[in-house]
Amino acid sequence: MKIHIKNGRVLDPKNNIDSKLDVFIAAGKIVALGEMPAGFVANQTIDASNLIVCPGLVDLSARLREPGDEYKATLVSELQAAVTGGVTSLACPPDTDPVLDEPGLVEMLKHRAKQLNLAHVYPLGALTRQLQGNALSEMGALREAGCVGFSQANIAITDTQVLWRTMEYAATFGFTLFLHAEEPFLAKDGVAHDGEVASRLGLKGIPSAAETLALASILRIAKETGARVHINRLSTAEGVDMIREAKKQNPNISCDVSANQLHLTEHDIGYFNSNCHLKPPLRTQRDKEALSAGLKDGTIDAICSDHTPVDDDAKLAPFAEAEIGATGLELLLALTLKWAQQENVSLLRAIKLVSQTSAQILGIPAGDLSINSDADICIFNAAEYWKVSPGALKSQGKNTPFNGLEMAGKVKTTLIHGQVVYQS
Amino acid sequence: MNNPQLDADGRLRHLLSIEGLPKKILNQILDTAESFVGVAEREVKKVPLLRGKTVCNLFFENSTRTRTTFEIAAKRLSADVISLNVNTSSQSKGETILDTVDNLIAMHADMFVVRHSQSGAAHFIAKHVPDHIHVINAGDGRHSHPTQGLLDIFTIRKYKPDLHNLRVAIVGDVLHSRVARSEIHALTTLGVPEIRVIAPKTLLPAQVDKLGVHIFHDMQAGLKDADVVMMLRLQNERMNGAMLPSAQEYYKTYGLTQDKLSLAKPDAIVLHPGPMNRGVEIDSGVADGAQSVILPQVTYGIAIRMAVMAMLAGGQATTSQTSGTQS
Repeated sequence: MKIHIKNGRVLDPKNNIDSKLDVFIAAGKIVALGEMPAGFVANQTIDASNLIVCPGLVDLSARLREPGDEYKATLVSELQAAVTGGVTSLACPPDTDPVLDEPGLVEMLKHRAKQLNLAHVYPLGALTRQLQGNALSEMGALREAGCVGFSQANIAITDTQVLWRTMEYAATFGFTLFLHAEEPFLAKDGVAHDGEVASRLGLKGIPSAAETLALASILRIAKETGARVHINRLSTAEGVDMIREAKKQNPNISCDVSANQLHLTEHDIGYFNSNCHLKPPLRTQRDKEALSAGLKDGTIDAICSDHTPVDDDAKLAPFAEAEIGATGLELLLALTLKWAQQENVSLLRAIKLVSQTSAQILGIPAGDLSINSDADICIFNAAEYWKVSPGALKSQGKNTPFNGLEMAGKVKTTLIHGQVVYQS
Repeated sequence: MNNPQLDADGRLRHLLSIEGLPKKILNQILDTAESFVGVAEREVKKVPLLRGKTVCNLFFENSTRTRTTFEIAAKRLSADVISLNVNTSSQSKGETILDTVDNLIAMHADMFVVRHSQSGAAHFIAKHVPDHIHVINAGDGRHSHPTQGLLDIFTIRKYKPDLHNLRVAIVGDVLHSRVARSEIHALTTLGVPEIRVIAPKTLLPAQVDKLGVHIFHDMQAGLKDADVVMMLRLQNERMNGAMLPSAQEYYKTYGLTQDKLSLAKPDAIVLHPGPMNRGVEIDSGVADGAQSVILPQVTYGIAIRMAVMAMLAGGQATTSQTSGTQS
């Protein structure tokens, strides 16, 4: 199968390309950019006039809800959502039911995802058995089964000695830890940022210190043990400062921010909008600006969708009782473009934050359009507006704080391994 | 964002919180309540404003006092009243809040009086009921207890009619108090110039000053020259633990005694939403003393609840309508 993508504006952050080029694909690989190789006869030509051709997006955090929570979402529904959003690779956290702490489960997940032939699934294995924070999981075996890193999802390791051991062990073999920084005692029962809005609405708060305290332990132990640590979903201004300082001395630290945190604040909760019940909580305008600045100056390496599909019933409850999470895979591109436009960031750089750097953090072969790389490609119209609505989303999770918002950035075609898997 | 409490014409549709209600509506409720105060003193304590309407007290959290006052208020308006302690029935069988509400709507309830332990529960129910049904929040978590806030301001207005010249001190567990939040919003909306909150840091919510209050940790300083002292109830479970070392220590620092009260203006009044912990947040001498208006609060509470119900379900309840009718 040979494909010719013509007349598109090609963005490839890794190779610093931003120009109108044709892309040539053969046998699932990119074989040339620009000039047609001698003897190339395309079976399929995709006209990308006025469109952008970029690496398929790589999402650092997307819950697929399989195994265990198939009534919330399924592999099929969420991987379709992924390619609809131009996401061709994603990392999924281990907080499924059962937890991803068994090589067999990981193999099964990988196998099922592969059969669907949609987005690539890169599981993050449980860092500790059952995510209970007591005993190390079989990281070696999980790695062999296909885990690209290890995570505790939203569950903190309270015992700092265990945290230390997990990092030592991971460092021994060069595994990456994906950690969400939240001190569980300070965050206990909290449902919103501990500030003006939570005080007004009478919601139990999660102070910023819950993040910075956890971050201080993680960063210190990472330094001592030499572990490679990626911080998931930073949420506070102080946290950004701490990462900035830590990175000066420790090259093994990286971090991301969720697209939700880049656009929303505590005030979006309004009159108890349960779609804004998220983890970490939406914080203040000042935090939002600091996250944005951190992303601009490279302190924050990537943007993730934090895709967490929740069924409608689970959201139909008073704010604190409504389940945490929002759908995100199909919004990642548009929210990234919206941020870039607001902050005067180039398209090339914006795309980098959701493709090249994420792939680098996961250590997977994706996120670029180099010659001979897999042809995982997203073709989108940066100027086409679409309205977020339950009907417009493929994901089984229809809940998002962005419901009703019109955003620019519509994916037209998604290719995986040189095959068209989505076309609008 | 639409104000969920008002209809398209700006009239009260639900009473969910004081916050977001315009001054005009607050005054309308207070003035309507004024006309209902007299009803209780008549031989036949009833007006027919809600005849044929069904008021449903939906209490997901136990309360005898508040439920009783709402029942009395509804009955004095001639409504049919049913009271459900959902805590002990459906919810324990796994029924969701909305299932419970939908069932009662199917039985043609016209108004829900809701109490729930979660902040936002009344908003949640109000969002899901059909247009002709009204919701009154009788307390949701730490968020709001609007009829309490209104009856407090009604009581204050009775004793201190010039709200624009008042210094009000709210003392105690503001963090967990829906009453305090409602009082603060009522006082700021009606133009009370100085509102103080007095509590240790463990019992104050983050950035409480953003609600328009001055923060005091020293009770003596906070009570100085106050016209109104509003005490808050301290829940038993908060007395010994990470919030406070002991009830005794709390009483010593923040309990209202005659000594401390003497720092306020000589004609200052003392309010408490009840039930009181005598010897913890308030001394018996003060609670039963000359400056206490705690029992009038209870009496006015009925009038306020009648006013709210009449305005919501009775159509255009005005002073003239209520004063003339007696059944």
